[in-house]
Amino acid sequence: MVKEQVKGTVVGVTGDGAAADAMRQIDPDVVAAYPITPQTEIVERFAEYVADGKVNTELVAVESEHSALSACCGASAAGARVMTCTASQGLALMHEMLYIASGNRLPIIMPMVNRTISAPINIHGDHSDSMGSRDASWIQLYCRDAQEVYDTTIQAVRVAEDQRVMLPVMVCLDGFMVSHDMEWVEMLPDEEVKQFIGPMRPVINLLDKDNPISIGALALPPVFFEHKVSMIRALEGAKSVIKEVADEYGALTGRQYGLVEPYLMDDAEVAIVVMSSAAGTTRTVVDVLRDQGVKAGVLRIRSFRPFPKDEVVQALRGVRAVAVMDRASSPGAVAAPIFSEVASAMYGEEARPKLVNYVFGLGGRDLPMEQVASVYERLQNVVSTGEVGPVLTYLGLRDG
Amino acid sequence: MAPINLKELAKSEERIASGHRLCTGCGPAIMLRQLMLAAKDYNLAIANATCCVEISTVVYPYSSWKVSWYHNAFENAAAIASGVESAYKALKRRGAIGDDFRFIAIGGDGGTYDIGFQALSGMAERGHRVLYICYDNNAYMNTGIQRSGATPLGAWTTTSHAGEAKSGKQQTRKDLTQIMVAHGMPYVAQSAVGYWRDFMTKVQKALETDGPSFINVLAPCWRGWRFDTSQTLELGKVAVETATWPLFEVVNGNYKMTHTPRERRPVTDYLKIQGRFSHIMKPGQEELLAAWQKDVDDRWERLQKLISISQ
Repeated sequence: MVKEQVKGTVVGVTGDGAAADAMRQIDPDVVAAYPITPQTEIVERFAEYVADGKVNTELVAVESEHSALSACCGASAAGARVMTCTASQGLALMHEMLYIASGNRLPIIMPMVNRTISAPINIHGDHSDSMGSRDASWIQLYCRDAQEVYDTTIQAVRVAEDQRVMLPVMVCLDGFMVSHDMEWVEMLPDEEVKQFIGPMRPVINLLDKDNPISIGALALPPVFFEHKVSMIRALEGAKSVIKEVADEYGALTGRQYGLVEPYLMDDAEVAIVVMSSAAGTTRTVVDVLRDQGVKAGVLRIRSFRPFPKDEVVQALRGVRAVAVMDRASSPGAVAAPIFSEVASAMYGEEARPKLVNYVFGLGGRDLPMEQVASVYERLQNVVSTGEVGPVLTYLGLRDG
Repeated sequence: MAPINLKELAKSEERIASGHRLCTGCGPAIMLRQLMLAAKDYNLAIANATCCVEISTVVYPYSSWKVSWYHNAFENAAAIASGVESAYKALKRRGAIGDDFRFIAIGGDGGTYDIGFQALSGMAERGHRVLYICYDNNAYMNTGIQRSGATPLGAWTTTSHAGEAKSGKQQTRKDLTQIMVAHGMPYVAQSAVGYWRDFMTKVQKALETDGPSFINVLAPCWRGWRFDTSQTLELGKVAVETATWPLFEVVNGNYKMTHTPRERRPVTDYLKIQGRFSHIMKPGQEELLAAWQKDVDDRWERLQKLISISQ
């Protein structure tokens, strides 16, 4: 049955507010969270919804992020629909539990406001936090703006709880650039969200007295490997579920998302691969370049985990020079995280593009359009001269 | 609440199956069986910290537990239980579940006094209706006898050796039971393996308490304390009779002894039967022994004062 597209209500809201409103409409059974800049507004707003009776959620105002995710694991194992949210140091404090949540196959949803990691201490946005958790077997979806934060938070419930997946999901949004930026966001009626996500149908349930279960067994070498690989396969398989859910949501709202978001990539000769809000700036630069006759494009990666290898290969096939832009570094590595993924994905291609990597915006440093333009300029030089130069460049760094 | 009847207990279903991998003569194993029998009338969901009990009772694909059981990590059993209890409240409110449940968190002294203390404090402060059982065997036994905040003065462990320069653990133990009382919990108690009726009665009282409860159970470990496997209950008894480990409960802030030794035996009676203290029983350690006795005396006196001012 094809559902008619639903008209939503347009409101002015920040990225954090969009996440909080999605949470209100999802009305989870349990939210356990701890405040941290720049995620605080999500917890505050949600606590207000609890106080005003707008949700029926049991809010556990825990004493740390470690306990936040622990309480979420307990509640999720008890068959509840569970959410939390965090940022930066909070995610770092959750690190141990991230792996346990996915290893126990608990479908927890977590808006994650990207903020850099200390030291030096800094509250502003980059991707150092979630990149440090990229091997925790969580689904990581990176949002471009507040609208996408709202839409993705709702979709995440369906993806996480899908029985083919049963894995936790991080909905990542850029600290301050998205979390605190006021934008127009179209929101669905409450009833539509309720219908879209459907009721929780727990697979793992400690509160079924007739079927007592033991969760969290010691798994020794003869069985551990198989447990891990079944989880890894579920994460790989989540790609098709993310697409299915996005398609259904697209039919409902007219807002379509996928694993990647290509912009003017069909005939692009030079392209930037980037995630999150920087894709907006990059698109604006591409529009200017296109007017000047430069065949420039942008490939935004929305799903970093699972990594959409096929979609990336398809989008970059035929492109002559590509700059991968990372808002995080991987100190001591060949290059930064997204570059490493893209390079691995493209390596098997006969006609692969020349690849360069830029690390930009660490600690929340702005990415002005001129800097993006300079990257495209370099890519054009790479195409014309065949000279690539250094693989890794720090964009916008004050040298000396 | 009817008093516990041994004949009836003998006929009750054991909800922790035999065949688990805890040691012969394991104090915590005795505690565990009594806990499960005391809680026999309830639907249970258990949160188990990483510890001897956890690692030995659920080895994939086997489980000794006939009730719902969840092990997540070492330091967060109280937070896990907080989450399970919160889910229960939410799902009950929404009419998604009908059955009554009770929630128990279990941890050793490492997972409770030390690394899991923050989560426990948070659980108590937030008032989750969870019974937290700490089985205190005085050290990190699961990883091979390392000192903890519960290890007594002078005890040998593998991180507090008895050598030429240092004579076992240099510090006295943390009084976790009193710290939990300070949280204003409605039910806090101390019990010991060797006093089954005392412990089981406390478990039942705790499970009937509408709020968070905490029981600290001294659970002797022959591997770490260095005694014969046949002496586990005896060790618990001597700990109580020397007042090293008084048995009491605190209901809504009011202290009460639940068992008073007829005559307080000297602490040397307790120390001399454990290999972990053999170095302090040698000549030249009189000062340390005196400090040991004084520590027990001071704690005992404070406890008696608290009892005398209780209603």
